[in-house]
Amino acid sequence: MSGIKSTGVPSRELIESTFPSEERRKSGPFAVIECWQEIPCDPCVASCPFHSIADMQNINDLPVIDHSTCNGCGVCIAQCPGLAIFVIDETFGAEDEASIRIPHEFTPLPAVGDTVRALNRDGSFACEAKVIKVRNTKSKTPVIEIAIPARLILDVRAIEPLSRAKNI
Amino acid sequence: MIRECDVLIIGGGPAGLASAREAVKAGCSTVVLDDAMELGGQLVKQTHKFFGSEMEYAGVRGIWIAEKLLDGIAGSPLFTPYLRTTASGLYEDGVVTALFEDREVLKFRPKKLIIATGAMEKTIPFPGNDLPGVYGAGAVQTLMNVYGVMPGKRCLMVGAGNIGLIVSYQLLQAGVEVSAVIEGMDRVGGYWVHASKIARLGIPILTRTTILKALGEEFVTGALIADIDENWQPIAGTEREVDCDFICLAVGLLPLVELFYLAECEMKYVHKLGGDVPLRDATMRTTNPNVYVAGDSGGIEEASSAMVEGAIAGLCSAKSLGAAIPDFDERFARLSDELAELRCGPVGEHIRRGLAECTMEELL
Repeated sequence: MSGIKSTGVPSRELIESTFPSEERRKSGPFAVIECWQEIPCDPCVASCPFHSIADMQNINDLPVIDHSTCNGCGVCIAQCPGLAIFVIDETFGAEDEASIRIPHEFTPLPAVGDTVRALNRDGSFACEAKVIKVRNTKSKTPVIEIAIPARLILDVRAIEPLSRAKNI
Repeated sequence: MIRECDVLIIGGGPAGLASAREAVKAGCSTVVLDDAMELGGQLVKQTHKFFGSEMEYAGVRGIWIAEKLLDGIAGSPLFTPYLRTTASGLYEDGVVTALFEDREVLKFRPKKLIIATGAMEKTIPFPGNDLPGVYGAGAVQTLMNVYGVMPGKRCLMVGAGNIGLIVSYQLLQAGVEVSAVIEGMDRVGGYWVHASKIARLGIPILTRTTILKALGEEFVTGALIADIDENWQPIAGTEREVDCDFICLAVGLLPLVELFYLAECEMKYVHKLGGDVPLRDATMRTTNPNVYVAGDSGGIEEASSAMVEGAIAGLCSAKSLGAAIPDFDERFARLSDELAELRCGPVGEHIRRGLAECTMEELL
């Protein structure tokens, strides 16, 4: 057995399946929900101020997001207990740039303008990335927005904790 | 002196506190015994956000849930918690004895007893598993999250169930490295989202892998691991050393059931629930009419379902004492539905099958 079931690392295809249409991707930030296992969990549904995540018939249902009403506000990121929601903005910066908002529960937090090490979904080094925004949330899951090369939007999913980066 | 009360709850974790809340709300004098220094059981170590639905505080971190369960009953004259108190005996006349702060024996005579003692950790045999530096995952959480003590600098985690995955993440948060998470099965036993959280921070999850031995003379200095075949036998030539200074075992839990035996409840071995568990009906009553079960002591599951079971046990034990609960039928039905829904998905299948072996169809 390989893939997410045995390593926790989702395949590129699985990640891509969470993306909206090409047209929607060009129109602004959007949330991607990387939740592929039916587990009893539903806080994302209630968290969305635009009701873009459909009500569940059953608490074990997978979340279904309507990208036509999701405006990428990112409120859901900090509410997901599985830290499985990210917001991607392909309209950010230059043509070959994009941004991703990542839940990051490690102190010390990076500051806006810092350069951090962005990691791929398997934890390998992806690129150096500039911090655009740092948002502290009531649920104590800080959300960090970083600028990344557009070609890495399917790959970058974490930020190396600063306490660890200095040991490398 | 024998202290009388309507409901005595042994264990102040999620199941016990949810029981207490219902019993107090129904007007019962309620006593909770717990051996720890504060109420909450394992909740006080659980820094992650809970799953489940709003009724079980989904999205709220475990460390904050105990407080929420105590909301509204903490100051009630009907609610008396005894901390640092270990239940030590249960007698034929219904008297429960307990040791308070290791110095005083207390006696209680409750009308109804709810046993919500939770579980203890299992271990696995391997050479060197008695070396200092081999911990259970619960001990690691207690050291880190309760006492603020680093258990070591580099961990080998054994077991990729939810506890192994979550504790690995907590270790990273505390600044401790995790060399790998190893798992005997061919897949992650816990939720995939927990696996992804640590995978993307570079912790390898190695399935079909076992620990052969802990290395070190005086304390752990490393571990020897190997791949295993379908029969769980190590494959020759795959042995390799892992750099670590402690080993954390997250290999399952065992229901804590001694008190059910003392209460002469009918017991049954149910593999899917983790061991011997008491037979029970839909109200959580055991075959002893005065004894109820709630939480992991009745079968290893999640804290969210433990809280709902606790609420059912609290509500139904109060009802059996004749407490006036005008909306009893409605609340009992709502809680039962909530529990059924939590368990109805694919990850709840083994629980459903386990419970089918020990739940009585008819109300006892």
